[in-house]
Amino acid sequence: MGHPGEGLLLGMGATRAQSSGPEKIEVFIDDQPVMVPPGTTVLQAAAEAGVEIPRFCYHERLSVAGNCRMCLVEVEKSVKPVAACAMPVMKGWRIKTDSDMTRKAREGVMEFLLINHPLDCPICDQGGECDLQDQSMAFGSDRSRFLDNKRAVEDKNIGPLVKTIMTRCIHCTRCVRFASEVAGVEDLGTTGRGSDMQIGTYVEKMLMSELSGNVIDLCPVGALTSKPYAFTARPWEIRRTDSVDVMDAVGSNIVVNHRTGEVLRILPRTNEEINEEWLSDKSRFACDGLKRQRLVYPMVKDSSGELRPCQWEDALLVAGRALAAAQGSVAAVAGGLADAESLVALKDLVNKLGGEATCTEEIFPEDGSGTDLRSSYLLNTTIAGVEEADLVLLVGTNPRFEAPLFNARLRKAWVHNELDVAVLGPNVNLTYEAEHIGEDPAIIEKLLSGTHPFSQRLKAARRPMVVVGSALLSRPDGGLLYARLQQLAHQLRAGCEGGAEWRVLNVLHRVASQVAALDLGYTPGVSKVRNAPPQVLYLLGADEGAITREDLPADCLVIYQGHHGDRGAEMADVVLPGAAYTEKMATYVNTEGRAQQAQAALVPPGMAREDWKIIRALSEVVGAQLPYDNLAEVRDRLTEVSPNLTRYGDVEEANYFAQASALAQLVKGKQEAAPIDVPQKVLEDFYMTNSVSRASPTMAKCIAAIKKEAANRHRDK
Amino acid sequence: MATLSRFAPVLRTTLNRGISSIMVKRDSSNKVYGPLADEDRIFTNLYGRHDWRLSGAMGRGDWYKTKEILNKGHEWILGEIKTSGLRGRGGAGFPTGMKWSFMNKPSDGRPKYLVVNADEGEPGTCKDREIMRHDPHKLVEGCLVAGRAMGARAAYIYIRGEFYNEASNMQVAINEAYKAGFLGKNACGSGYDFDVFMHRGAGAYICGEETALIESLEGKQGKPRLKPPFPADIGVFGCPTTVANVETVAVAPTICRRGGSWFASLGRTRNSGTKLFNISGHVNNPCTVEEEMSVPLKELIERHAGGVTGGWDNLLGVIPGGSSTPVIPKQVCEEAIMDFDGLVACQTSLGTAAVIVMNKQTDIVKAIARLIEFYKHESCGQCTPCREGVNWMYKIMTRFVKGDAQPEEIDALWEVSKQIEGHTICALGDGAAWPVQGLIRHFRPVLEERMANYAAANAVAN
Repeated sequence: MGHPGEGLLLGMGATRAQSSGPEKIEVFIDDQPVMVPPGTTVLQAAAEAGVEIPRFCYHERLSVAGNCRMCLVEVEKSVKPVAACAMPVMKGWRIKTDSDMTRKAREGVMEFLLINHPLDCPICDQGGECDLQDQSMAFGSDRSRFLDNKRAVEDKNIGPLVKTIMTRCIHCTRCVRFASEVAGVEDLGTTGRGSDMQIGTYVEKMLMSELSGNVIDLCPVGALTSKPYAFTARPWEIRRTDSVDVMDAVGSNIVVNHRTGEVLRILPRTNEEINEEWLSDKSRFACDGLKRQRLVYPMVKDSSGELRPCQWEDALLVAGRALAAAQGSVAAVAGGLADAESLVALKDLVNKLGGEATCTEEIFPEDGSGTDLRSSYLLNTTIAGVEEADLVLLVGTNPRFEAPLFNARLRKAWVHNELDVAVLGPNVNLTYEAEHIGEDPAIIEKLLSGTHPFSQRLKAARRPMVVVGSALLSRPDGGLLYARLQQLAHQLRAGCEGGAEWRVLNVLHRVASQVAALDLGYTPGVSKVRNAPPQVLYLLGADEGAITREDLPADCLVIYQGHHGDRGAEMADVVLPGAAYTEKMATYVNTEGRAQQAQAALVPPGMAREDWKIIRALSEVVGAQLPYDNLAEVRDRLTEVSPNLTRYGDVEEANYFAQASALAQLVKGKQEAAPIDVPQKVLEDFYMTNSVSRASPTMAKCIAAIKKEAANRHRDK
Repeated sequence: MATLSRFAPVLRTTLNRGISSIMVKRDSSNKVYGPLADEDRIFTNLYGRHDWRLSGAMGRGDWYKTKEILNKGHEWILGEIKTSGLRGRGGAGFPTGMKWSFMNKPSDGRPKYLVVNADEGEPGTCKDREIMRHDPHKLVEGCLVAGRAMGARAAYIYIRGEFYNEASNMQVAINEAYKAGFLGKNACGSGYDFDVFMHRGAGAYICGEETALIESLEGKQGKPRLKPPFPADIGVFGCPTTVANVETVAVAPTICRRGGSWFASLGRTRNSGTKLFNISGHVNNPCTVEEEMSVPLKELIERHAGGVTGGWDNLLGVIPGGSSTPVIPKQVCEEAIMDFDGLVACQTSLGTAAVIVMNKQTDIVKAIARLIEFYKHESCGQCTPCREGVNWMYKIMTRFVKGDAQPEEIDALWEVSKQIEGHTICALGDGAAWPVQGLIRHFRPVLEERMANYAAANAVAN
């Protein structure tokens, strides 16, 4: 695997590559002067002047191919038009984006693209959001001169997510470039020459990538469309709601596309700080899980032990009576999809009832400073900050599947900035070359004491990053190992070029709720509950089986509040149907510590309600009324507890590394011999990680397809 | 394909100037060029009548005082090449001295490479093949001299895969040169290290385009790169590279030995030197011959190829520079001068100087349709105008052969060819468009007549 596209990466390098360049040069776009840095392409210079040049193959996040020729423009004194996407401007160039020559060139290219295009727009899923449609309207001719037969191309099966209709392909190679440059899989390519050229996987196999859905967005025509969404809706019928994703802790920005109370598809929304314009396949395609296995009415267990549907009043009364009778022996466990509003409401309720244990399912060590110092549990460098790093040490994490878009950033920096990556843990395929330094947890101590061969590399790094995965932290000796890593990071910080501004220590969480829960003072891990089982246990979307019936006394009443009938509801005595992330105005804090708002695209199904409202209603039944009646008041409470929770969009900086490191030195414990492991090693492990994705038929199809792919004799073993 | 490399700049500026300039024929001096005197021949074993190995080559003067040439330094070699007025023999005719001097920028630590384009695939062209099989040491020595001129570390000779025997002979010659100490460390005792490698292609015309050739040499699909950056900045393996035609490189040692002014004394100014001409098609004696530049086309055919089959008056037209150059009809052939400027004046091009002669038994429409089929098959497919346009032209031309078309489609075809020309990444699109343009320019009545006949025949049938 080499660094692809070296040398022809115009205007797409990661931030570190950009420096305050030399003097700007003046060029003229349609006689309008613009000052641009040398090396700017004609297309970028035109964009600077507010002139958009049509294009198909050019994409600002991919290398320049220059093959569609749609962006040809006239440059004064040049005998032939130049490809704007690839040609760097020279001083004083006069570019004519609307001259006769330019228009003729565009019309010619448009005509060529259409002669072998099937023009099946009425049955094409891209219809209405198709670059080819739009640009042929704007720049094409109004009649055809083509009298011969059109070419037809066989469709390819590249898996359950991406549908191919290859006759529509205009060979822009965006998908090929995305796969090899961003996703890091070399499966897509071109075969054949001239008019027989085809895009494909060379041999029939599945496009095995956790980012494969992005080729659908990139395809400017209807050649690559979404298989689950096929023939579902037209873009003009859809309502769009901007929101955030909760399938991992990255907090990708999304647009929920819905119609008549149903989520039809999820598309990425550009956020340069987080997901750029990509989206992982789970975030994109697991949305059909929102329609299955839903809890749509409250339920209470009857005398025979069966959960029976009932009215809200009944369920709240049963739950309320039990809570009141518990006399403070109440505990709560929050799952990975819980929002900050419901988390704060639940914590307030439990505390009001005299309970102390509010836990999260996900574990974080409490040794040393524990979760008291915010910088101990955040991805402090930020996701975009990866582009400034020069050495990343991944400890006990597989970012490719735990946070695909964070991994995409790592890969971007690896490709463009010569970032080096080292892995401590299982030697997994990260889509880029990473130095595997071992699986033995004892290596951490050696790194700290500087006796490991890799220590020299870490010390020499100008801007190192240590990324700790939550799998490492949940080990029995997680506290000890993390304490050592904290000290190591602090050591490196002192020596590195980045100085005080540069943060070395990073924690990569796996679930969307964790940072908000820790900010609100939840206790990570359920050991508190296990050690002192309460009379009433309140599960807020806790579906990962951190606590089971076996951990609880027989008379313990379990209340489950959540949106899916998964492991949590299975063990519950009372079920209170809540809302999924597409159905509520809610706050989520990503692994960087960035608070973001999800918006309600639809109303919760059936009798389900927004989560904080359920808790608020229950509090009234118990007689411990919570002091907020609307969302604004809940958010005031959030602000009161932790002001960063309502500073939407911003990363609230945290900077107590020295203190944390000092406290970490006091951590004692026994180190286990078991090698460092991660739960998600191969693509198959990626698709089902929470109650939504477990309910998704598309995710099930992905897993089935991968299992079947194992028997594909064309696949490299 | 060699024709296509850098073809465009010279030709396109002048192609559209109209018929008026056709009549510009000669220098005012009225000097007649050719035949070439025997003592001025560079390729003295063109026909393979003598030993092609090292001893034979040395007997013909190759490798004579090469060390002295190398020791004169790159400035001197470049000076001689510039004085000689040598223009690239691959088809575009870019001044060689200037091209090689692009390599003499201050070094940034990357090695430089000379790549020799021996992917001779242009239909009608068979000049490099004769050099490589009968005079391989000319090329090996040329690599060393040219490499010295540009400070290259090594030369890669990219030879088309079909040339098995040629590649074999070349390799034998390279081995001999290494053994004799002419190549490798301290080549010829000059203190200069230089290696020569052979690389066989896999049979794609497009790999004769310089950047596609570089891609292919790197082990990738042979698809032309965008320029800029030009190979002189970023070429093979990311290093500064010059791609030069076999004939260009092979004449360099002789130019250095005999002096640039000797070379410049042959042919018209700006078109100087000797040139290998390939004459094929309807002639009595198809041949490859070394001739002085600026020799009249008619004389070339009559003297060396034994005349047109059925006599000069039986001539229909000539494709003067390999299949991508526009065809010229008999009346233009009468006065055409075989050099860069002379043929541009005829709205065609010298290309590789592969003269394809067609007499009146030729179905000119079918002949051009066949050429378009070739280009359709060889288009790499990455850029739209060439991928789609050439295929479309082929479909139209196929119908034109029968006459199954409307006369308006002739104009449509002309426009399609114009929509391809100059809009593509490399010059293959241009090379595919020009034959069609030549056909329409000179043989439009033939097309119209055929359509009329077809329509009439169909009307009767119905």
